Amino acid sequence: MSKKTTKQFDNMLEVRDLKTHFLTDAGIVKAVDGISFDLKQGETLGIVGESGCGKSVTNLSIMRLIPSPPGKIVGGEIFFEGQDILKLSESELRHIRGNMISMIFQDPMTSLNPFLKISTQMIETICIHQDISKKAALEKSIDMLNLVGIPDAKSRIHNYPHQFSGGMRQRVMIAMALSCEAKILIADEPTTALDVTIQAQILELIQKLSRQLNTSVIIITHDLGVVAGMCDNVCVMYAGKIVEKAKTEDLYAHPAHPYTFGLIQSVPRLDKAKNGRLFSIEGQPPNVIDLPPCCPFHPRCEKAMDVCRTQYPPTKNLGEHHEVSCWLYTDDQERSNG
Amino acid sequence: MAEATTTRQPLLTVTDLKQHFPIESGFILKRQIGAVRAVDGISFSVYPGETLGIVGESGCGKSTTIRSIAQLYKPTAGKVMFNGLDLVNASKDELLKARKDIQLIFQDPYASLNPRMTVRQIISEPLTIYSNRKMLQPEMTKEEIETRIEELMERVGLNKAFKNRYPHEFSGGQRQRIGIARALALNPKIILADEPVSALDVSIQSQILNLLNDLQKDLGLTYLFIAHDLAVIEYISTRVAVMYLGIIVELSESRDLYHNPLHPYTKALLSAAPIPDPAIERKRKRIILTGDVPSPIKEHKGCYFYERCPMRMEHCATNIPPLHQVSEGHEVACWLYE
Repeated sequence: MSKKTTKQFDNMLEVRDLKTHFLTDAGIVKAVDGISFDLKQGETLGIVGESGCGKSVTNLSIMRLIPSPPGKIVGGEIFFEGQDILKLSESELRHIRGNMISMIFQDPMTSLNPFLKISTQMIETICIHQDISKKAALEKSIDMLNLVGIPDAKSRIHNYPHQFSGGMRQRVMIAMALSCEAKILIADEPTTALDVTIQAQILELIQKLSRQLNTSVIIITHDLGVVAGMCDNVCVMYAGKIVEKAKTEDLYAHPAHPYTFGLIQSVPRLDKAKNGRLFSIEGQPPNVIDLPPCCPFHPRCEKAMDVCRTQYPPTKNLGEHHEVSCWLYTDDQERSNG
Repeated sequence: MAEATTTRQPLLTVTDLKQHFPIESGFILKRQIGAVRAVDGISFSVYPGETLGIVGESGCGKSTTIRSIAQLYKPTAGKVMFNGLDLVNASKDELLKARKDIQLIFQDPYASLNPRMTVRQIISEPLTIYSNRKMLQPEMTKEEIETRIEELMERVGLNKAFKNRYPHEFSGGQRQRIGIARALALNPKIILADEPVSALDVSIQSQILNLLNDLQKDLGLTYLFIAHDLAVIEYISTRVAVMYLGIIVELSESRDLYHNPLHPYTKALLSAAPIPDPAIERKRKRIILTGDVPSPIKEHKGCYFYERCPMRMEHCATNIPPLHQVSEGHEVACWLYE
């Protein structure tokens, strides 16, 4: 792959204190409320959390695809190769979207246009971003389809999306996302709609291609198994905040936040014998409308203290890039000040 | 466990059940040009007090199996014996009586509850239907039904003060609890659960699995439980049937299946399921199946798994392997074990 960058950046992407809020009739929904993370070149980052925790909104914010109104990015900075994405104009953005950062969406059934042939859709994507002829774009599309393992790509490219199975459609999406040699690939639940055997194929494909092209990948998922196999680093989100950030091995071996611990424990595991009841986090995820400034997890937390009910905990570094936001890891003085 | 099940009388016996959906062509003179073979000849028994899990990928006929058993579809061929009654050929009255003992829980807690009914109406509907026909034993008065609703709500972990609320006021996990309470209302013998936890978040999923386990213990229920998540199936089931393209390829005690899978498809399925532990996950060897699940319209002359099987032999292309016993309680349909 040709190196187009003149300057090498340590972090492909730096997100600083990002806040995305939605103004609804019921109140302000703080879908993403002050999160920060970095993405290095070639790194695979996992963002894990349950539905409604803000993981998809985070990534739509990076692409500046938040529907506005009601959504609004109210604060923070997103640096892509040193440039703040939030300050770019719409035309400058278009250069980044698809070209530099591309995205694979969750549902392969609805993210392709059912009225257009696969070839039309792929050529369109390539021609927007690259200055090449339609013929060359078609050649390239066929190459990309071969790369993602579509059998008989040369004739299949002229098919319509409904003639492809779910797994193949998702592969077409990946081929489109990779066709512009994007530097960052954001995969929003890329395998949730797929079966396990197809999931294994797709994950292996993303992993192989990201290694080949040295692409940085952000995987958004609720499946802790997917994260364990794919990611270098993991962010755990709860109610719009990152509650824990660590290397994958570290996170699974020593989960620090009670929520992370509960999440890992509550998944039934194939490799462990079943012994009685599953661990479960009682209660329901919080309503993120007008959340008080406390730890949002405290009503479900077994270790909740008085301070948890009144103040959001500071982020503590436990060493080796392991960060956690929980009052358990603070000393008495900090708690009394809080 | 194995000895106990062989000596008991089965509660439900399915023999060579087939469910084909015709494909018609022509506008006025309709003629059948083929059939979707959703379920293509399956046989199994369910014993009182056990949980039989059915696992397989989408389109393999798991849900159709359950619907055919409940006679929501008229089976094309085969027998469904429940408590000594053949449901396929039963009269309307007999069926109504038998259905009191067979209840369903559905996958989507958002679509399976009528949004215009209150929780009270939803849970009491089965009771009022049978009460109006004077088929409840013993007969229940209005007050008794009211007490029963409250009892059921508490049993599944819902606050009985919420009985006049509508489904939209509840979260996904709570709605699934409402669905479970509705299924329990008539004191059924068997509950057919169609992916009851796959639409739920991880932390909620473990709550519902624990609840289903507790109910089985306390009320002596029998479950026929469908899921595509192997870890969930292993956790909940006594025995497991693996389905592929409308047939059962392997049927075994749950523990045995996971420690000693025989069919190449079961092996691939197990190896593709991610385990939430990076240390194990990175060392595992995956069997990645090539290709997609073939169309269920095709009539098979050989093994249904032939196209994707890594172990296929010449013999498999032309001969359909029967399901036969290889060891105590472990059946497999594969020529490798003849």
